[in-house]
Amino acid sequence: MTALAAPARTRRVLTTTAIVYLALVAVIVLGAILVSVVANRNFFSPGNIRDILTGMSVLGLFAIGQTLVILGASLDLSVPFVASLASLLAAQTMAGGTGNIAAGVGIALVVGAAIGFVNGAIVTGLKVNGFIATLGTGLIVKGYLDTNYKGTAGSVPWEFQLIGATGLGPVPISTLIMLGLAALVALALRYTRTGHHLFAVGGNAEVARLSGVRTAPPVIAAHVLSSVFAALAGLLLASRLGVGSPTVGSQGGYDLLSIAAVVLGGTLLLGGRGGVAGTIGGVAIFAVIDNVMSVLQVNPFLKDVVRGVVIVAAVAIYTGRAIQRRRPRFSAKEELR
Amino acid sequence: MSAPVLVARGVGKSFLGVSVLRDIDLELHPGKVHGLVGENGAGKSTFMKILAGVYSRDTGTVSLEGREVDFGHPVQAMRAGLATVFQEFNLLPERNVAENVYLGREPRKGPIVDRRGMVRATRELLDGLGIDTIDPLTRVGSLTVAEQQIVEIVKALSFDARVISMDEPTAALADHEVELLSSIIRKLKERGVAILYVSHRLAEVFALCDDITVLKDGALVSTGPAAELTPDELVRRMVGRPLTTFFPEKEEGTALGDVRFAVRDGGNDYVSGIDLEIRAGEIVGIAGLQGSGRTELVEAAFGVEPFTRGTVEVDGRRLRLGNPRRAVREGIALVTEDRKAHGLALAQPVLDNALLVIRGVFPGRTRAARHEVPGILSSLEVSARGGLAQEVRYLSGGNQQKVVLAKWLATRPRVVLLDEPTRGIDVGAKVAVYRLMRRLAKDGVAQVMVSSELPELIGMADRILVLRDGRIAGEAPAGATEETLLALAAGTVSDGTVDDGTVSDGTVAEAIR
Repeated sequence: MTALAAPARTRRVLTTTAIVYLALVAVIVLGAILVSVVANRNFFSPGNIRDILTGMSVLGLFAIGQTLVILGASLDLSVPFVASLASLLAAQTMAGGTGNIAAGVGIALVVGAAIGFVNGAIVTGLKVNGFIATLGTGLIVKGYLDTNYKGTAGSVPWEFQLIGATGLGPVPISTLIMLGLAALVALALRYTRTGHHLFAVGGNAEVARLSGVRTAPPVIAAHVLSSVFAALAGLLLASRLGVGSPTVGSQGGYDLLSIAAVVLGGTLLLGGRGGVAGTIGGVAIFAVIDNVMSVLQVNPFLKDVVRGVVIVAAVAIYTGRAIQRRRPRFSAKEELR
Repeated sequence: MSAPVLVARGVGKSFLGVSVLRDIDLELHPGKVHGLVGENGAGKSTFMKILAGVYSRDTGTVSLEGREVDFGHPVQAMRAGLATVFQEFNLLPERNVAENVYLGREPRKGPIVDRRGMVRATRELLDGLGIDTIDPLTRVGSLTVAEQQIVEIVKALSFDARVISMDEPTAALADHEVELLSSIIRKLKERGVAILYVSHRLAEVFALCDDITVLKDGALVSTGPAAELTPDELVRRMVGRPLTTFFPEKEEGTALGDVRFAVRDGGNDYVSGIDLEIRAGEIVGIAGLQGSGRTELVEAAFGVEPFTRGTVEVDGRRLRLGNPRRAVREGIALVTEDRKAHGLALAQPVLDNALLVIRGVFPGRTRAARHEVPGILSSLEVSARGGLAQEVRYLSGGNQQKVVLAKWLATRPRVVLLDEPTRGIDVGAKVAVYRLMRRLAKDGVAQVMVSSELPELIGMADRILVLRDGRIAGEAPAGATEETLLALAAGTVSDGTVDDGTVSDGTVAEAIR
């Protein structure tokens, strides 16, 4: 029995999430040095920390939902349009009245959930690839927005705007909400059957099926949550703008950016491996890089270049670690006897 | 003897009107290991899959603990207490051991998955088997094949399985791992679990099994206590098929030339100590059990996973074949085992597939090759309703294989490596492949033919190398018998060259003792 003594476990390997957070620390250290040397400013000033955390909240909400969908081996390209629609529905329902806040939030979330359910039903029922299914529903929503809205509409009351504007010390309320929801989702992935089954279906749908898992419900749940999170992001954007806007989601490029954050966080784009913790790390890396470049007043086009380099480099590193070769039968050493 | 826990009577199955299993009777008893043996295509896997609920049977009955059962889904069978450990594991490499064992029925406290309870239960099951080296929290992907197999067995036990069937459980295991598996099987026996054990390794079958059932060509040959069988008798029952004159004779004028392709002491991570010389006009057969390194050997020769030790010579020139492109340039061709995944661009027309290698490696010859392709295809008797423009995915398996062959013929290879060239194709296409091989031999091409069909190797090859555990276990001449090859491949005779093509009576038996 000793012959089986764990060859793979004697070497402690860093988890991908640990690497993400190490990278985050490295980015922060590097950014702090650059900011203080080049711009002669304090990276860790409360104002700057608030800026970074504010930058995290919207993308964070999108990315939490996107993580779920990607874990289930699908994708969600409809999120920016869902967010825009949510911002408009909420702002119009509230129409500046404090008493309408609950109704506005409720309508936005319910419509979001409904779009997510349609996405999930198309992916699992009609077996349409998630990329295409959500591209389609996204376009439908976009078309609706473009024909019915020529510009911003509605208005949200001051109390609702406070969500996007206030904070506890340097930490914005919106970021706290985002982190709280991230923690909830992480717990759900770990401690619910649906969470377990989402990993299973995303990892290998056939294995899941042969183990008696019903493969559709976890994927539908992931899509519903993804759209609900997109709606939440739309609400947060409305709270910041004070109005609803038909382009607020697509202008941010949140569809691809959220996918990039998820992948940067170490979640496998093919599904089945990863988690919310890594995604938040990925979102934070983006936020820090954006902040440093803003402070340094870097040309905005160069920003995208840096983002692009970071994404490609990260995925190259993960892939290098993930490539699994057949187990060798003969080690080189044995032959050198 | 106690009452049987599982009784199969008259079980039969056919696919598309072709009968693959006929009238199989078999009984499994608690605490007994029942060996199921037979050659490739004998119907062992089909039978197992019928028991497991993967396939439904066409005729016959199966009863489990006295109740007749008909499972429509593997999970149904598992819940009823009949678990199957397939060759292809049903595990999620990214999830840990406990999560895999309880996938689909995670224990809960209220709405919360009881992770601690799940881990504890998994550890108890592992402890019960005497395994203390697998942590329930380890990612399954980081386990060895043997450990993953143990996870599958633990999963079966977690269903409280009273019948566990195992399909070639030792095919991918090293010797010490086989021992571990045997000890686990003995523990399962003590608990009164009935085990159906499919294996090619006859030594193991005799060491482990109380009863043995022999299948041949989908029919039952015999079923009974292992003690009443000798190894020689068992091999005879497994084979016992007259060799037909199905294989074309050598073409006139075929002669062995100089050594075209030679490997000396070659090895990589998967094969080792490979000495191989193939002459112009020669067909060398490669036999061996599944997992013995046959495919790995031809892949090494073709530079897919190149040899990292030893030397390779083509026509006397020492070469480094570090990748397939280099190998193609040197006139080597590999007809892969899985033509759909590795041999063809399925959505492309016949013509483009036939020109795939030429365009990729010898673009300057494309124009000339384009004129040759129709001739090559018609000489292989490819029938495609849409002609050269037909997408290959719509062709039959045999015609697809001919397109693969045409693709390589267009490169005018000097060395052709064929990995299971007749797998899954009809008899007519098989004969066409054999004829082509004879023609290539006459033209002085050196050929290697890997096959699990022993009659095919015996019928076609000039000599046959037998692989076992990544090494050449022995060599047999053209007229070797299936018994000889099986014995070498299964490791029931000591390594070496068999001179007269037969193993004298008693040798096999002695080796097993």
